Amino acid sequence: MAQVSIRKVVKEYEGGVQAVKGIDLEIADHEFVVLVGPSGCGKSTTLRMIAGLEEISGGEIAIGGGVVNDIPPRDRDIAMVFQNYALYPHMTVYDNMAFGLMLRKFDKAEIRRRVENAARILDIGMLLDRKPKALSGGQRQRVAMGRAIVRDPKVFLFDEPLSNLDAKLRVQMRTEIKKVHQTVKTTTIYVTHDQIEAMTLADRVVVMNHGVIEQVGPPTELYHRPATKFVAGFIGSPAMNFIPARLEHGSGALNIHLPDNIVLPVPEERRSRYASYAGKEVLFGIRPEHLTEIRPNDHRPNLAPLHLTPEVVEPMGMETLVHIWLQGTEISARIDPAIPAEPGRPLALAADMGQMHLIDPQTDRMI
Amino acid sequence: MSATAASPSAAVPGLGRRIGSLRKERRWALLTAYISLVVAAIVMLAPPFYMLITSLKTSAEISDLSGTPWIVRNPTLDNYWALISDPMFRGFFFNSVKITVCVVAITMVISVFAAFSLARMKFFGSGVLATGVFLTYLVPDTLLFIPLYQIVGNLGLLNSIWGLVLVYPTLTVPFCTWIMIGYFASIPKELDEAALIDGANWMQMLTRIFIPVALPGIIAATIFAFTVSWAAFVYPTAFITRPDEMPLTIGVVSQLIRGDTFAWGQLMAGALLAALPPVIVYAFLMDYYVAGLTAGATKG
Repeated sequence: MAQVSIRKVVKEYEGGVQAVKGIDLEIADHEFVVLVGPSGCGKSTTLRMIAGLEEISGGEIAIGGGVVNDIPPRDRDIAMVFQNYALYPHMTVYDNMAFGLMLRKFDKAEIRRRVENAARILDIGMLLDRKPKALSGGQRQRVAMGRAIVRDPKVFLFDEPLSNLDAKLRVQMRTEIKKVHQTVKTTTIYVTHDQIEAMTLADRVVVMNHGVIEQVGPPTELYHRPATKFVAGFIGSPAMNFIPARLEHGSGALNIHLPDNIVLPVPEERRSRYASYAGKEVLFGIRPEHLTEIRPNDHRPNLAPLHLTPEVVEPMGMETLVHIWLQGTEISARIDPAIPAEPGRPLALAADMGQMHLIDPQTDRMI
Repeated sequence: MSATAASPSAAVPGLGRRIGSLRKERRWALLTAYISLVVAAIVMLAPPFYMLITSLKTSAEISDLSGTPWIVRNPTLDNYWALISDPMFRGFFFNSVKITVCVVAITMVISVFAAFSLARMKFFGSGVLATGVFLTYLVPDTLLFIPLYQIVGNLGLLNSIWGLVLVYPTLTVPFCTWIMIGYFASIPKELDEAALIDGANWMQMLTRIFIPVALPGIIAATIFAFTVSWAAFVYPTAFITRPDEMPLTIGVVSQLIRGDTFAWGQLMAGALLAALPPVIVYAFLMDYYVAGLTAGATKG
């Protein structure tokens, strides 16, 4: 049993700065949870408090049912993978992986069995006699993971483990981490500022901002049903477009009035939800992937046509991103690369209003 | 016209001077470097060279002022044999060895522990203590030897090599601790965090991680402690008057200068013999003095 419970946990530094402001989180056995958020949101501090590397100013952390607030890291039965690997430079890969087991007085045969097993899982068997300086970044990261796996701990903690790798290797190692978790199934808490890592790896994503948890949920739920403007803007790449708008009743329908006299209809099934905001200023949110070209035989309901003039066109190969300025607000759309798009030439686009979001600008929460 | 095809006589826009030649600039830089190094080498090596040729001369040749003093006409090893076969000189040598081994051992044990705790175990006043350690090094030893004379005298250790073993660490520990604080502080914090999570206690972290990783720093500190202890002159001059307790530095001077009579040949031979151990230690340890041992520990 290795569930992790975080109850009302606070981290306050000298001078009264609160990095973590009383968060609650329950992580189930075998679960892969990703803490994600911008720099300074408290995600790494939270992870380090779970590891025992930071003292807890308030609240309670329990691992496997037992409160660990006052237990040193070595007795928490956790393993951690650091952003900069933190391999012991004077030891071989084998010794790096065996070090924790040697300190725990495992017998030599058992240490060898575990190290070789981890090396097999991570495909680093041929590197066991090398020193860290003779390894590439990706190999070092595997060794760091191997050091965690051999311990067979209750919980794996990952602190931005892929941030130092180049883009291609990062994608490859992301898959490796997922594969390792599917093999060893240890409860995993993973910290990253990269929302794509969070989306691809997590069973549940915890979005943090300014020391509080904004939303917890499976990746698709966060993507489709963000609770706040922050989550909506943070999850998804390119980020969701936010456009200042006004909600108005008109000829039996509810319409969203955007700058440049653009009027978009609210889908019928959402009218009652938004009705109380009629006549008020709101923020209209739509993801770039829901603002596309008009496709022939497109059967998506609630498509609203609109003509916009891109100012910047970014061909990506598999798609083309176009950037449009609506009275000072930049919005992006993702269109088929086959559509000829160039700056200054109006483009016929369609907004998938079934995927729209409305945000109350007073609270920054979804309506 | 492309930039590469620009004529060398063209002025660099904005800089108002002609386009230079990379090869020519490099040649000038090398030439200047070589000239400076040769001058420096001559200035540094002239005294030891003069010592060497003087030590190979007979007393008669040394006092003969005709001709250039930079050439040995009748080389002899008599001066060396006279010293090596003298039991008193051998006594000086072993006194120096005993003092140095003890001082280096005491210094390294104290400064490694002190530096580790000051660099890594954040506790109340650790920052002030670290600065304080360095400040004590700034007090000149010529000021300290009077109060230290009192202390050593009260302990009954005057005229004993153990008085020096007690006193030298006051010079070596602060500086070595300071060097080690710098080295330990340069070890990435994640390394000790990884060790803590792996199950190490503070002592294991020091012995299994910090000491091996900071070996270049430890060697640098060892060389420093060795040099200070081996070459100390002021303290033994003040504290030791009995020849059988003298270390090499003052032994050579006190026994080979009688009034206004200088046994120059033996003095030079003695000085060279005394300088030999540090040279050997440097030559041997420099091979291990490899910076960049931490390469590969973290991203870099």
